[in-house]
Amino acid sequence: MITQMLFRALDRKTAWVALLILIAAAAVPLANLYLPASNPLHVPDYAVPLFGKYLTYAMLALALDLVWGYCGILSLGHGAFFALGGYAMGMYLMREIGPRGVYANPILPDFMVFLNYKALPWYWNGFDNFWFAALMVVLVPAALAFAFGWFAFRSRVTGVYLSIITQALTYALLLAFFRNDMGFGGNNGLTDFKDILGANIQAGTTRAALFAASGIALALALLVCSMIVNSKLGKVMVAVRDAESRTRFLGYRVENVKLFAFVVSAVIAGIAGALYVPQVGIINPSEFEPANSIEIVIWTAVGGRGTLIGPIIGGILVNFGKSIFTGWLPDYWLFALGGLFVFVTLFLPKGIVGTVTGLWVSTRRRPVVAAAEVLQPEPEAAE
Amino acid sequence: MSEAREKLGTMLYLNGVSVSFDGFRALNNLSIIVHPAEMLAIIGPNGAGKTTMMDIITGKTRPDDGDVYFDGRTDLTKLDEAKIANLGIGRKFQKPTVFESQTVWDNLVLALKKPRGVFASLSYHASGADTARIEEILATVRMTARKHDLAADLSHGQKQWLEIGMLLAQDPKLLLVDEPVAGMTDSETVETAKLLKEIAKTRSIVVVEHDMSFVRDLGSRVTCLAEGSVLAEGTLEQVSANPMVIERYLGR
Ligand SMILES: Nc1ncnc2c1ncn2[C@@H]1O[C@H](COP(=O)(O)OP(=O)(O)O)[C@@H](O)[C@H]1O
Ligand SMILES: [Mg+2]
Repeated sequence: MITQMLFRALDRKTAWVALLILIAAAAVPLANLYLPASNPLHVPDYAVPLFGKYLTYAMLALALDLVWGYCGILSLGHGAFFALGGYAMGMYLMREIGPRGVYANPILPDFMVFLNYKALPWYWNGFDNFWFAALMVVLVPAALAFAFGWFAFRSRVTGVYLSIITQALTYALLLAFFRNDMGFGGNNGLTDFKDILGANIQAGTTRAALFAASGIALALALLVCSMIVNSKLGKVMVAVRDAESRTRFLGYRVENVKLFAFVVSAVIAGIAGALYVPQVGIINPSEFEPANSIEIVIWTAVGGRGTLIGPIIGGILVNFGKSIFTGWLPDYWLFALGGLFVFVTLFLPKGIVGTVTGLWVSTRRRPVVAAAEVLQPEPEAAE
Repeated sequence: MSEAREKLGTMLYLNGVSVSFDGFRALNNLSIIVHPAEMLAIIGPNGAGKTTMMDIITGKTRPDDGDVYFDGRTDLTKLDEAKIANLGIGRKFQKPTVFESQTVWDNLVLALKKPRGVFASLSYHASGADTARIEEILATVRMTARKHDLAADLSHGQKQWLEIGMLLAQDPKLLLVDEPVAGMTDSETVETAKLLKEIAKTRSIVVVEHDMSFVRDLGSRVTCLAEGSVLAEGTLEQVSANPMVIERYLGR
């Protein structure tokens, strides 16, 4: 059954993109480690974690697209799941520091010593173990998504109202994580990491490995999403997106369909966050900023929502553009981003990928998901 | 006769159903019975409450008052849309509602009677029997040639047929069909009547329609609704000869 689903998931395009990502996951680290700096194909040291970060953003956009592009749930709080995965990883990295902190406390991280903690808060237990932390990277976002989705979808909160409460969710977490007595380092967050699984986190080989891990995780996430959207459940999700109440009258439990998509999406976002933190070296409450979550929506819209490849391209391209642009005119990035969003909404409503495939197959129409109407969902027609 | 006895052996049993919207009484003490393998045609002026009645049966609207029973024993007023659909009640909407961004084939796959759960849908793989059934339905509703087209590209009449096909795919015990021939040509209308009569040999159907020649073709029992309750019942001849029906519906 699984092999059957995998086979179905691997349509030509997905297979190529997954392969391409895997090639990049191997090629970039190798070109960094083994090519001499004089070689034009050499990847400089600073670029490895930078590109690795883009891969985690691409994964985050892919996660959002699963719920927004396919299931019609416009989450404006997906940054929260990313940040929670990041914090779980950050907690492990903090405990890995051990007695090498400024205060040399073998158990307590520096910020706790500084804030006069006498003992480790109970929820920090277990995070000295990588695999426990890895489990939490998955479980914590999943649990939050499940609890949130359970209530929201059951009470049939949809559309703008749902978007607003997802935004409120991430904002509430932002405020909570800002507080020093939450035990997550407050404003400063978690940083000064030393090593991961015993390897120096700054070392070139570690960064290369993290990049490769990000690429592999992205390719796997793509396969999982592809498996879902190409199954009958994927058709049900699109049905929910396009005509929710009609789907109910066919006997589907819409709330369960949404809950499934939302939880899977949160898990993918959490894993992306966990890969992001060791590559950027810090996690702090700003990751919960509502504006971050809105940026994810823009990456997805730019790349093409309702296509699995689109958000990956959008996540990488927009953030690559951001790196270049902010190096050049740092104060104007938000204007550029806003302008980009307006441009895409007006002129490329299907995003880059949707527009290109649209041109490609305009002669022989295929059931590619219509990803138009970014800002104006079809009125529900089930009277 | 006790109420329980009355319900016994019915497919659909509405008794004294009332519902108001902002003080406006859309249904007023409405009572209707449909037997197994029986077709009932419902006529009546716009705003009579015909669609609202279907909303109540399918769980979209809750009645303020009255009983709604399916199959003689299941109280529909306690269940939600998905549960009611899974009991075996299928509905075609007044405004044809198909999944526009999906193909005709996929619309039928979605409707096909199969386990509706998340994980069952995730691992679903069309069996040979499923494919054959869909091909059969496509032939019945004459859409074989369009099976790979998006539902959005169909004409209004074809969407109606696709939705009837989806009803067939659901394999329900009771079909609620709201204005099925709106937007159809005369010959399509005649075909639809034939198809519904064929279906009614084994299932119960409630058809709402304004088109009198279509209702005549159905040749079923007729109920005329007005202002949320039954105005007249009987054969089409009896109902259309009823002076109240003439005054409040046909005569307009
Ligand atoms: N959800 C609703 N909210 C408010 N009014 C409604 C609602 N549904 C139906 N109505 C009103 O109830 C009356 C009956 O409508 P309907 O059942 O659609 O009539 P019919 O299908 O017989 O033409 C109409 O006046 C309509 O405006
Ligand atoms: Mg109506």
